[in-house]
Amino acid sequence: MLRYSLKRLLSLGLSLLAASAVIFLTIEIVPGDPASYMLGINAQADTVAALREELGLNVSAFERYISWVGGMLTGDFGTSYTYRTPVVDMIGDRIMISLPLAIYALSLSTLIAFPAGILAASKRGSVTDVSIMGATQVGVAIPNFWFAMLLVVVFSINLRWFSAGGFPGWDKGLIVGLKALTLPAISLALPQASILARVMRSALIDTMNEDFVRTARAKGLSKRQAMWRHALRNAMIPVLTIIGLQFSFLIAGAIIIENVFFLPGLGRLVFQSISQRDLIVVESVVMLLVFAVVIVTFIVDLTYAAVDPRLRGRS
Amino acid sequence: MKFLQIENLNLSIYGMGILKNVSLSAEKGEIIGVIGESGSGKSMMAFSVMDLLPTGTERSGRIALDGQDLLTKTEAQMCAIRGNDIGMIFQEPMTALNPVKTIGDQVAETVLIHGNASRNKASQIARDTLNRVGLPAEQFPLSRYPHELSGGQRQRVVIAMAIALQPKLLIADEPTTALDVTTQAQILDLLKKLVAEDGMCLMLITHDLGVVAELADHIVIMKTGEVVEAGETHALFRNMQHPYTKALFEASSHVPDKGDARAAEPAPLLEVRDAIRDYVLPRKTVFGKQGSFRAVNKVSFTLTKGENLGLVGESGCGKSTLTRAILGLEELQGGEIRINNTTVQAGTHMPRELRRKMQVVFQDPYGSFNPRHKVARLVAEPFHLLEVELNGAERRKAVEEALIEVGMQPLDADKYIHEFSGGQRQRIAIARALIIKPDLIILDEAVSALDVSIRAQILDLLADLSSRLNLSYLFISHDLSVVRSVTDRVMVMKSGEIVEYGVTEAVFTNPQHAYTKTLIAAAPSLHDALEKEND
Repeated sequence: MLRYSLKRLLSLGLSLLAASAVIFLTIEIVPGDPASYMLGINAQADTVAALREELGLNVSAFERYISWVGGMLTGDFGTSYTYRTPVVDMIGDRIMISLPLAIYALSLSTLIAFPAGILAASKRGSVTDVSIMGATQVGVAIPNFWFAMLLVVVFSINLRWFSAGGFPGWDKGLIVGLKALTLPAISLALPQASILARVMRSALIDTMNEDFVRTARAKGLSKRQAMWRHALRNAMIPVLTIIGLQFSFLIAGAIIIENVFFLPGLGRLVFQSISQRDLIVVESVVMLLVFAVVIVTFIVDLTYAAVDPRLRGRS
Repeated sequence: MKFLQIENLNLSIYGMGILKNVSLSAEKGEIIGVIGESGSGKSMMAFSVMDLLPTGTERSGRIALDGQDLLTKTEAQMCAIRGNDIGMIFQEPMTALNPVKTIGDQVAETVLIHGNASRNKASQIARDTLNRVGLPAEQFPLSRYPHELSGGQRQRVVIAMAIALQPKLLIADEPTTALDVTTQAQILDLLKKLVAEDGMCLMLITHDLGVVAELADHIVIMKTGEVVEAGETHALFRNMQHPYTKALFEASSHVPDKGDARAAEPAPLLEVRDAIRDYVLPRKTVFGKQGSFRAVNKVSFTLTKGENLGLVGESGCGKSTLTRAILGLEELQGGEIRINNTTVQAGTHMPRELRRKMQVVFQDPYGSFNPRHKVARLVAEPFHLLEVELNGAERRKAVEEALIEVGMQPLDADKYIHEFSGGQRQRIAIARALIIKPDLIILDEAVSALDVSIRAQILDLLADLSSRLNLSYLFISHDLSVVRSVTDRVMVMKSGEIVEYGVTEAVFTNPQHAYTKTLIAAAPSLHDALEKEND
């Protein structure tokens, strides 16, 4: 198990290094000089040159890459070209919204999907199964921004249970914060839960047809016991894969929902920074997202090994 | 009233009759053998006793265990009976165990689920039972996972789960079909010992007459859902009444007519000289030295034109690797393989005319065809090896000729593969091999998945083709009786080496190497079992 973890950890480090190089190169290729952009089209050449020097843009690309990576390792993400504030502070504020939102949405999605998938699988072919599968079909089909607007119309405008958008800040209390994130989390969770429930159902049905479930039944386990004790854990591998992918998506991909609910999250930050040529922010946020994805993959890999002894290697 | 009494059992799935008036009975301490070919309903009969049938099935009649009618039990009552009063062992040990639970947990579960003991006591019982089935604590602690065990060891774990509570009836459904002969002999010995120790009744379901003849007290022969003949084992074999029993008996020891002695033409077709195949193993540590595994170790032999050469060995002995090397699918690390004096080179270097000279027929008649193509296209597949591909009428004619050659109809070319039975599919596979008129056909366990009566037909077909077309076969099998009946010479392979090589009859009647002796002794033989009885 330890060797397996170390191996995964090594591949994690290499992935991050490769990703940082790719991100840096991509941003280098993108046309547009941040200094000229910031000073406008009528700027004097020597003013631009002075700003370039101040921003550290006049050294070679390789030197900038090294100082960027070195800075990140020591917690210094540089200074935003546009706002002249440390990038790390900007990201810090935003991540306090994006990360809780992703965790909230994923928890909701899992809480809905597991019981729904298990119930559908155990009552395969029944009215319950058909209804659950029908509902998930709709859940996958509905665009989540449209569903988000629907939620706003019903729960904010008509019922007035939730505010229609914005975020009051965590200093107003945990409950207030969570309440503001509830509608966005639900709209993010709906399609995710639908997909997850379908994966859970089909994985469980497949596993229930395995020979070892028949062996368990021959020992005297009821169908229900065989499912809970033997099939469920074996069905977890595809489910964990999907959860991992979904979490990565939720951190970075909530941009539309953030816009619908006016949430100052990471998605909106990237969007704004790109339109303002604030490349250093873009680089850092993208790197952070890659980091999140790689970490999630690492955790999923470790969970695989916890679930399936065959992956732990000979110890 | 006997201990196990099945009377007029009928079974249907969605209205289609599967079992018709099946009756049989057995006492405690007895072994009853149930024999039949695939589709005879023998497994369905076993699952009827367990009440583990697929949905849509209906049973009628009576299944009495110790005087209690099982057909009247509720599902909850059956759960209490399964594992406690009736244990069951399955055919496929590789998939019969839960891969994510330890063997200790899985054996102990039988005890725990019936509430017979505390967790500690259940572990103790699991340990004792594993010891009984030949998995001692030093090598097989309870914390082992199934993937760390071999097929035979896994089957022992399955047996341990089934007998942990010392059930009165043990049902074994083809328990050794997936195992090598020597492992099969050990498992059968184990079952015999357990039956004697616990006074269990064992229902042994198999297609192999040799297995039951040595073990069973009584035999029931089933065909298409009915019992066609039943009785005390040796009396039944001495005095067979039903034509099906006779046919089954004949087929299982079938020797195909090899035809006239072939023209004495000792021209070598396939020459293998000191062939070596090493596999590289994954590194143990990041900077450690890479190990290697020698799958084929200095193998040499010659196959002459028109000769049938057998290759026998247990799983993992390297026979598949050797076959792949001959086909040019594996690179050699040493030695040479020549066909018609041209050297076989692996991968893309292999010339087409060399590939044309050999074709292969695989074991699984179900998995070796693309289900979306018609037979005409499947059979014509090797045509891409021709310099100028045949087209149109010529192509069609060649396909039809090949089909007729193997006893199929020309119109079969327009059907899909799922419309054929296993035996017919294997004929089509042979037609596919024949179509470009190769010199050598490699038969890789080509009849292993077939029922005895079908197997006999395919063996006849192969013998007929060999004598008419002067074909050579490399016949790879774990089934010694088949190899004995069809080959001229035989090689015995063990751990990558040929340990014995000679004229087939001589090797079988007077084996020289210890391993060959073990193999022959372990193979269940109907003939020997009956002879032993007569002595």
